[in-house]
Amino acid sequence: MNILSPEITALAYLVAAICFILALKGLSSPQSARRGNLIGAAGAVLAVVTVFLSMELDNILLIVAAILVGSAVAVPIARRVQMTQMPQLVALFNGVGGGAAALVAVLELGHNEDVWVRIAIVFTMLVGAVSFAGSAVTVLKLQELITTRPILFPGLPVAMGVALLASLAACALVVITGSWTWAIALLLLGLVAGVLLVLPVGGADVPIVISLLNAFTGLAVAASGVVLGNVLLLVAGTLVGASGTILTQAMAKAMGRSVSGIMFGAFRGGSTAGSTAVSDRPVRSSSAEDVAVQLGYAQRVVIVPGYGLAVAQGQHTIAELASALEERGVDVTFGIHPVAGRMPGHMNVLLAEANVPYELLKELDEVNAEFAHTDVVLVVGANDVVNPAAKTSAGSPIYGMPILEVGQAGQVVFLKRSMRPGFAGIENELLYDPKTALLFGDAKASLTQVLGAVKAL
Amino acid sequence: MDAVTLLTVVVLAVFVGFEVVSKVTSKLHTPLMSGANAIHGIILIGAIIVAGQTNDPLLLTVALIAVVLATANLVGGFVVTDRMLEMFRGRRKPTSAATAPVSPEGDVK
Repeated sequence: MNILSPEITALAYLVAAICFILALKGLSSPQSARRGNLIGAAGAVLAVVTVFLSMELDNILLIVAAILVGSAVAVPIARRVQMTQMPQLVALFNGVGGGAAALVAVLELGHNEDVWVRIAIVFTMLVGAVSFAGSAVTVLKLQELITTRPILFPGLPVAMGVALLASLAACALVVITGSWTWAIALLLLGLVAGVLLVLPVGGADVPIVISLLNAFTGLAVAASGVVLGNVLLLVAGTLVGASGTILTQAMAKAMGRSVSGIMFGAFRGGSTAGSTAVSDRPVRSSSAEDVAVQLGYAQRVVIVPGYGLAVAQGQHTIAELASALEERGVDVTFGIHPVAGRMPGHMNVLLAEANVPYELLKELDEVNAEFAHTDVVLVVGANDVVNPAAKTSAGSPIYGMPILEVGQAGQVVFLKRSMRPGFAGIENELLYDPKTALLFGDAKASLTQVLGAVKAL
Repeated sequence: MDAVTLLTVVVLAVFVGFEVVSKVTSKLHTPLMSGANAIHGIILIGAIIVAGQTNDPLLLTVALIAVVLATANLVGGFVVTDRMLEMFRGRRKPTSAATAPVSPEGDVK
């Protein structure tokens, strides 16, 4: 239908773009975040209604049916997914978005002779295809359907170089000839490049790839806005590109590494592979009752959760422990490392799911200022993010990573499965410190025992 | 639309994007990722336009696949972000200022 004038259409798209900006702006605080997201969703609905009302479109029934199919597939997945599987889901949705952008660009090829528009088309195709294939590999790694270790084979760097050069050549040919054959070749090369890009990235670094691919898809969508002359696509895509870039950098900083080091570090060897040897140096092992006494009679306790907590499904137990301690008048907060979990901010989501009020979740800088006045730090399922080697041992793979400086607190209690070093395979000197006590066992089982003992105090 | 106008829009959008996102609290980085992810699902608009302008069966099929994928991205992204943000609750009794510690952002209203 052609009901809306071009002016009204442009205004409606402007309103939708503002809604998207407000959606991101809302995330500056947990209180405004949900409303912001709903405003963003309203903007998306407005934009979709506008496109139907402003253009002469054929196949409307089929399009509506396709929208219903897409929603019917995505909504149940989005409703049911476990919070621990959030990285996979974000990667999945990112991949399909990139794929959609690439397909839209291919179909626009027939309508456009202009060189600049064709450049935007090949950009969208290539980046969208890389994002689609890269995200697919990411999902496989995160679901552990393929190995999470870096996958390397001889000649991989050469293969990547060839794929990249061939892609650029195909881009040039599509721009010059506008041929469908070359367009399909370009899409296939983009898929190959996407797979090759993500294969050498290790499991723990995969989240940074999700963030990077998210930025890629944003840029592809922005370029499709140029192709279709649609300002909303341009603005929305650019916003996502900017946010993905910032997040990627923030995350690399939180890991103390560079983005290129994470993407291509495996080629240089010695990336995330470390020793798994178990040390036999003496440590002070503790009992649940002793830990309960330490915590229950403290004034200030900081809990440092790591992904081991989520693996053991101990979020709810730790939330209960925190409220049991609060009832005893203990001041309890959670110190969250930015990369605790499988994606940035993941641990906050996992604890929020367990009904921990967000006021108790403290960021790195905030909580580091508090450790000096803290009586007991309880470290659960975390190791590398509290390892002082990141500050002191220049040769260590985690050197330079900002850590939670729990060593400044009066006492430290580690809940650990065993003395096996953490993911990075580096010994943690803090474990051998006289003020450190260790309670061995499954995180959830240990927490349940400590909780029972605290209640019995 | 002419190139200079497009460039103007892009440059301003980059600045708005960096400005807004750098103010996002790191507590909400996961919802930020999934929310930004939902926003690029707006490629659905593009998919609808190409599907509405072709009658070639092959091209239409490809366009409809793009519509399905883009919808999954857009709708799924907003739904899962909402689900996450719903879980971020403050103290059970936000009215009693005595028990609610003032958060460092000073966002306790």
